[in-house]
Amino acid sequence: MAYSEKVLDHYENPRNVGVMDKDAKNVGTGMVGAPACGDVMRLQIQVNEQGVIEDAKFKTYGCGSAIASSSLLTEWVKGKTLEEAQQIKNTQIAAELALPPVKIHCSVLAEDAIKAAVQDYTAKNAKG
Amino acid sequence: MKLPIYMDYSATTPVDPRVAEKMCQYLTPDGMFGNPASRSHKFGWDADDAVEQARSDVAALLNADPKEIVWTSGATESDNLAIKGAAHFYQKQGKHIITCKTEHKAVLDTCRQLEREGFEVTYLDPEPDGLIDLGKLEAAMRDDTILVSIMHVNNEIGVIQDIEAIGELTRARKILFHVDAAQSAGKVPLDMERMKVDLLSLSAHKIYGPKGIGALYVRRKPRVRLEAQMHGGGHERGMRSGTLATHQIVGMGEAFRLAKAEMAQDNERIMQLRDRLWNGIKGMDEVYLNGDLEHRVAGNLNISFAYVEGESLIMALKDFAVSSGSACTSASLEPSYVLRALGREDELAHSSIRFTIGRFTTEEEVDYVIGLISQQVNRLRELSPLWDMFKEGIDLHSVQWAAH
Repeated sequence: MAYSEKVLDHYENPRNVGVMDKDAKNVGTGMVGAPACGDVMRLQIQVNEQGVIEDAKFKTYGCGSAIASSSLLTEWVKGKTLEEAQQIKNTQIAAELALPPVKIHCSVLAEDAIKAAVQDYTAKNAKG
Repeated sequence: MKLPIYMDYSATTPVDPRVAEKMCQYLTPDGMFGNPASRSHKFGWDADDAVEQARSDVAALLNADPKEIVWTSGATESDNLAIKGAAHFYQKQGKHIITCKTEHKAVLDTCRQLEREGFEVTYLDPEPDGLIDLGKLEAAMRDDTILVSIMHVNNEIGVIQDIEAIGELTRARKILFHVDAAQSAGKVPLDMERMKVDLLSLSAHKIYGPKGIGALYVRRKPRVRLEAQMHGGGHERGMRSGTLATHQIVGMGEAFRLAKAEMAQDNERIMQLRDRLWNGIKGMDEVYLNGDLEHRVAGNLNISFAYVEGESLIMALKDFAVSSGSACTSASLEPSYVLRALGREDELAHSSIRFTIGRFTTEEEVDYVIGLISQQVNRLRELSPLWDMFKEGIDLHSVQWAAH
């Protein structure tokens, strides 16, 4: 299977790899997927008081397309409001990375990851 | 050193230059291009001589009679001919067949077809080391069992089944015994005088011969009968019609002749390289060898690198050719059915890489691979949330995962 240039670039030079303090109040963590299915994504966002995502980090266990999808996602969410970040669609990720049909599920997982991270942040801060 | 490095000898091998040279003599106008079935002129006689010489060379590696060798297009066809051919011929005596879950798809899918035709098939579970428990095999045998089909060397994990012992069990009950020996011929000794095997599938391209040619050994004493699956001019004593591919057959014969002459020294060298590779990798954290190490063909290592996904690792190892799962199934995203049958967890099955080395592998290549593997596995683990969790001491089985 041939990978697109963009997938290869993100795979070889992944952006924003790392870990944030998951207990910090201004951090939202989304962990999606399952080891048995062959991919697990962890996306973390750091949100400022204006509700804007200041920083994002990820780690992914999965194929090259899964790694590339999450790496791209961290680039896209930075500077977006929580509202805007939730508007990101898997189809946009799949189109940007030119994912083949068998790899579409990687972009779906990335969309799930940002939704889960936002949800985690919102839940944490609603409790007050 | 030439890149990429080939370490996928179980998928196929390059043709040995000595074999290719010989094949070329049977193609062109100034070569021996005749049809071996032409009985009326020298072109046919020369081709027929070459085919019969090759038949003897193939038989010699198995310690069999040349008359027991039937040419086919490869091991898949041999498996089909053996299993369907025997099942159809002997179905009045019973309709039960025994095989194992870790067999090649050529055997499993053929058995599935027979199930659709009304046969009953028992699929044995191997032990966690990949070997078959003979007690369980014996317990599965019934009065209406007509055939047992067990491979000699597994294509993914390289383990060697004790076909000599299985042959004793089947012969005592007058059950036919078929062995898929595609991965073992030329690597593990075969002796049809001693081993009570009735049908044995062979392939040329796994032992430095060309693709597209194989053979089926069909025992004469006691005689084994088959119903032909390919009908036509009655070639190969009616068991497999079709004009013989002289150059392919010559290639297979030469590959088998070389294998017989060089097997001992080849094995010693390959085993040394295999051990060098394993010794260079096994010191890493969380690596697991799949399948028994002792009862294993010389050139195979199948390793799971926990917390790293296999496809991403293969992508990182683009300087050398290895496979994840097996080439025959890796078009799908399912983890290897062979590793699952051993009871390996899905995540370890997803993290497996098969390295198979052979006649043209060098020490320099092995050392290069060891260096690259440790570097890339570490890099991917730094990217893996599962590795973080493992380091924090979290039991991944205690986590509620959202399956997707």
